[in-house]
Amino acid sequence: MMGTGESGAVRLSPFDRALLAGEEGEAPQLAMRILARMAEVRGAGAMLDIEAAHIDSTIYVGDAGLEFAERLAGLGARVRVPSTLNVSGLDEFHWQEWSVPAEWAEKSARQMRAYDSMGTIPTWTCAPYQGRQTPRFGQQIAWGESNAVAFANSVIGARTERYPDLLDICCAITGRAPAVGLHLDENRLATRVLRLREIPEDLAAADDFYPVLGHLLGPFAEDDPVAIAGLPVLPEEDQLKALGAAAASSGAVALFHIPGVTPEAPTLADALGGREPVAILDVGLAELRAARRELTTHDGGALDMVVLGSPHFSFAEFGKLAALLRKRGPERAVPEEGGCALVVTTSRAVRDLAERAGLLEPLHAFGGRLMVDTCVLATPMTPGTTRRLMTNSAKYAWYSPGLLGSAVAFGSLAECVESARRGRVVREPGPWD
Amino acid sequence: MDRLHGQVVVAGTAAGAVLYATQPLSFWGGYDAASGRITDTHHPLAGETAAGKALVLPATRGSSTTTAVLLEAIRRKTAPAALITRGVDAFLALACVVGQEMYGRSPALVSVDEDVFRRLAAWPRLEVADRALTRVDG
Repeated sequence: MMGTGESGAVRLSPFDRALLAGEEGEAPQLAMRILARMAEVRGAGAMLDIEAAHIDSTIYVGDAGLEFAERLAGLGARVRVPSTLNVSGLDEFHWQEWSVPAEWAEKSARQMRAYDSMGTIPTWTCAPYQGRQTPRFGQQIAWGESNAVAFANSVIGARTERYPDLLDICCAITGRAPAVGLHLDENRLATRVLRLREIPEDLAAADDFYPVLGHLLGPFAEDDPVAIAGLPVLPEEDQLKALGAAAASSGAVALFHIPGVTPEAPTLADALGGREPVAILDVGLAELRAARRELTTHDGGALDMVVLGSPHFSFAEFGKLAALLRKRGPERAVPEEGGCALVVTTSRAVRDLAERAGLLEPLHAFGGRLMVDTCVLATPMTPGTTRRLMTNSAKYAWYSPGLLGSAVAFGSLAECVESARRGRVVREPGPWD
Repeated sequence: MDRLHGQVVVAGTAAGAVLYATQPLSFWGGYDAASGRITDTHHPLAGETAAGKALVLPATRGSSTTTAVLLEAIRRKTAPAALITRGVDAFLALACVVGQEMYGRSPALVSVDEDVFRRLAAWPRLEVADRALTRVDG
């Protein structure tokens, strides 16, 4: 996340100054002091009103984040705008089923209570855009969680910077944000173009195409808005979600445009604002295959766990998983006998919907497990013996070697299901061949 | 004696061995706040200890949890002594600003231009005094 670095006076409104002076209490005063300092760091001319926030500071990563949350809560902090909560460090009501240490559970739960106490909406999900609190086109919002930011800006056309932990809650408590970056029209035009060359339609329709495309997009985009040209199909919502999550892991992508698909890009010329791009990257099958290989650090061997749901699994994804599990039947190597665990991470709300729709029965019959409120990266749920993972998520594939010390294989949803069944990485013939 | 200048993002004085990379780093999943070690297996500095050193990076990347991890390192005193980036990195700046609010300390944070950034590659150690960067040999 880059700024201009120009320091200088930020024009604070009378409201901003009242908060700074402590007229609304100590919590808004602390939040505005941090915001005003960051507005200066970013070279902001002014602050603007936001209509909603998504709080990523909920993830417990250590005592500092907890102490910050409890300091704000102790000062009586309340959010001024509707504020959804990102994943926490804990599956609140089921953590005992996993290898979560009691001390971690206690501190994560305290951090959850602190953010709960501020009048927030306890969504506990990294996919808030697939719930009931979805922002609208053109709304100014302050969202944390890199994949959510990419989706909100790109797919919905709401306006947010990539809000880091600690700052998202300051925006929520004050209802204000520095007027910089993607909040402003002029910074939302694409300056780079990734051109897809001769991509077969069946590949572009495949669910594992989008994480791979995002993985390539991240390093190319740097932190500029980027357009993707030449996509031969209309992608589904979950495919765009996977694209953004991958690009925000391998890079800092906060806004992508796809002409004819995303709302600010009826055409490529619109996405570019009529200007020439500063960089063009041509991507064909060879580049995509190489990127796909990069997401896998081990292939062909035995697996300890197949994990799905980063970002959190949607209702539609549960439908696809249920269909695959039903088609293939539950027969498989069981985990207790050296088989492989199947874990799906999602939100409470989507789990409840999927349950009512009967979409969880095939998963339960298979011996698969659900984890809500959190994800395998944000909570120490996997025992030390879980060393070989497989996933359909580029975000899980990118982070699990560093965060979990595990080897990882990336594959399609169908490959993940078949691999879980057989307890080893299984590749299926398809459009990549 | 080599002396270069950047722009103060968060003021401070510090000295340390230079850890230099041209690839951005996500502190979440990339920096272990318990040990001060860089753990991102995709990053060329993986395995290096950055605690107490002058960490020179173009920017951060990826996760918005980077700030919480750097704040935790500040709390545990496993943060770099100085952070030098190419342009202002607001994620690192925020962790430093909140570090000062919460714990009364933070790394010195300086942003430099492309030319200065490139020249730092050859420096073994450096001292930071607000906007001045001084090369230290041996």
